[in-house]
Amino acid sequence: MAAHPEPAIVARGLVKTYAGKRALDGFDLEVPRGVVWGLLGPNGAGKTTAVRTLTTLLALEHGEATVAGVDVRTAPHEVRRRIGLSGQTPAVDEILGGRQNLVLFARLNRLGKRAARDRADELLTQFELQEAADKPVKQYSGGMRRRLDLAVTLLLQPEVLFLDEPTTGLDPRNRGEVWTAIRQLVADGTTVLLTTQYLDEADQLASGVSVMDRGLVIAEGRPDDLKRRVGGDRLEVTVADRADLDRARAAVARWASGDPVVDVETGTVGAPVADRVTAIGSVLEELGREGVGIDDIGLRRPTLDDVFLRLTGHSAEEAEDATDAADPATRHTDAVTDEQDERDDVEVTR
Amino acid sequence: MTTATVQVPVQGGHGLGERLRWALRDGLLIAGRDVSHWVREPQLILWTLLFPIIFVLLFAYVLGSSMQVAGGGSYQQFLMPGMFVQTMAFGLGETVAAVQADNAKGVMDRFRSMPIAPSAVVLGRVMANMLYSVISLVVMLGCGLLVGWRWNTGLAGLALGVALLLLLRLAMMWLGIVLGLKAKSAEMANGLFGLLYPVTMLSNAFASPELMPGWLGAIATWNPLSWTTTATREAFGNPGATSGGWVSEHAVMLAVMWPLLVTAITLPFAVRAFQRLSR
Repeated sequence: MAAHPEPAIVARGLVKTYAGKRALDGFDLEVPRGVVWGLLGPNGAGKTTAVRTLTTLLALEHGEATVAGVDVRTAPHEVRRRIGLSGQTPAVDEILGGRQNLVLFARLNRLGKRAARDRADELLTQFELQEAADKPVKQYSGGMRRRLDLAVTLLLQPEVLFLDEPTTGLDPRNRGEVWTAIRQLVADGTTVLLTTQYLDEADQLASGVSVMDRGLVIAEGRPDDLKRRVGGDRLEVTVADRADLDRARAAVARWASGDPVVDVETGTVGAPVADRVTAIGSVLEELGREGVGIDDIGLRRPTLDDVFLRLTGHSAEEAEDATDAADPATRHTDAVTDEQDERDDVEVTR
Repeated sequence: MTTATVQVPVQGGHGLGERLRWALRDGLLIAGRDVSHWVREPQLILWTLLFPIIFVLLFAYVLGSSMQVAGGGSYQQFLMPGMFVQTMAFGLGETVAAVQADNAKGVMDRFRSMPIAPSAVVLGRVMANMLYSVISLVVMLGCGLLVGWRWNTGLAGLALGVALLLLLRLAMMWLGIVLGLKAKSAEMANGLFGLLYPVTMLSNAFASPELMPGWLGAIATWNPLSWTTTATREAFGNPGATSGGWVSEHAVMLAVMWPLLVTAITLPFAVRAFQRLSR
C-alpha cells in the first residue's frame, strides 16, 4: 500500500451542543494511518459524540473534520464508503444467522449476490464463526456477537474503523478474542479509532491515545507515557478486622514505593509498589506471621481513574456528573446504555 | 492488504432515475430482512395472524348470536369489514414496534453509517409492513368466507374495498414511523396495542352506533375508523353501510380523504424525525 501522507482522521475545533451543554467543546484529534489510536475518557466525556460526528451520524455545529481524506461535512456519503463503525451494542440482526447478516449488509454495501456470499464466507472463517454461521445470532455469546459485528464493519475493508467501547460488558476471554481481531485488522492496513474506558485495553492495542474530558482532548501520547505520569502498580490489602489496620499499614509501608493510603470504612490499605511480585509475596508473608487475617489482597494497575485524578485533579465520576445529561449515547438506546453505564461505573470507580 | 476477493462495489449513479433504482434495490433488501424473520421464526407471525381469526370466531359465534344490526342484515356480513379495518389499524402497532426495535438496537445507526440512501431504510420498512398487511388481509378475507361472509359487488367492489383498507394501513405506517422513532422503550411501543383496542371498539366496526347510548354513538360515528368501515361495507355490499347521516353518505370520500390527511401531516414529521437522528 502506498504511503499516505495525510492522516486518517483530522478533527479541528469540533463543537456539539445538547440541551445547552457542550458534549464536544473544541475537540481536536489527529490520527496517523495504519495504527490503533485510543480515545479514552470516562462516561460522558464526549467519546461517543466524537465518534458519531466523525462517522456522519451526527451533524457538526462548528469545526471541521476529514476522515480518510474526505470532508465529513460536505461529503458524508463518500465518508460512509470508507469507514466501518461498531457501536457500543452490536448492531446485528438477532433473528438472522451470522451468514445472513453478513450477506445482507454486504449486499447493502452494493456487492453482487455472489461476491456477497464469498465475502461472508471469508469473514466467517477469519473470525472463526463458521460453525455458528447459520445459528440465529441471539444464541451467540457476547464475544461472538462482537466478532460478527466487527466482521460486518469490515465487509468493504474500510480505511478507517471506529470501534466504540468494543469490549464493554465482555468477560476476559471474549475481550481477548476481540483484541486479537483488532490486531489482525491493523496488520492488514486498517486505521482503528478505539474508544475505551480501560487504560489496559489502550495499553494492549493502541500506539497512541488521546484522553478526553468534558468534550475536549486534555492529554495525548503513548500509553506508557501516560502511565508513567500516574505511577506504577498499587498493592491493596483489605483486613478482616479493622483493629489490624495499623499493622497492615506498617507491613505495606515497608514494601511500598510511596505513602500508603488507609480507607477505614472498607478496611483497606493501598500503596504504590515498585516491584509488584516481591511486594505482594512479602506483605502476605509478613501479615501471615503476625496473624493478621485478610479478606483480600491484590495488585491493581493504574486505571483511567488514576490517570484522570492526576491529569485533571477530579475523578472520573465527577466528570460524568458534569456532562452526563449531554451524552447523546443515552438518547437512542436508553435501556441498554443505562444498564451498561451502571456496570461501567463499577469498573471506573472501583 | 487482503483485497484479493473484495470486489469494488458498484458505484451509485447521481441521476434521479439511478438513485431511485438503488433506493428501490436497497429497500427490497431491507424488506427481505423482515421476510427472513418470518421464515426463521414463523411462530411470531402465525400468532399475529391467528389472533384476528380467534377474534372473528368469538364475535361471529359467541357475541354474534345476540347482536343486532341497525337496518337489519346478518351480523357476520356486518362484522367482517369491521374486522378488516381493525386488522389494518393494528398495523400501527407493528410498525411502531419494528421501528423502535431497530432504532434501539443500533441497527438504524448501522444503516445510517452505510453508503445507502436514507429513503431506502423507510422504503424497506414500508414494503415489509405492506406485504405483511396484504398477507393478513388475505387470511382475514379467507376467514370471512369460511364464516359465511360474502361480497356482492363483483371484482371492482372487492378491489375498491381492499384499496381503501390498504390506504388506511399506509396512513398508519407514517404515524407508526414517527412514533417508533420517538418511542423511548419497547414497553412504550407495545403499550400502544393496549390503546388501539378501545379506539377500534369505539367505532362502528363491531356494533351499530345507532344502538349505542347517544353520546357514545356520536363518538363512534365520528371515529375515522368508522368512516373506513362504512366505506368498506359499501364497497363490499355488506349491511350497516346506509344507516343515514352525512357521515355515512360520504363514507367513501371520507375513507379516501382522512388517510391522505394523516399521511400529509405525519409524512413530513417522519422525514424530520429521521433527520433529527443526526442532531
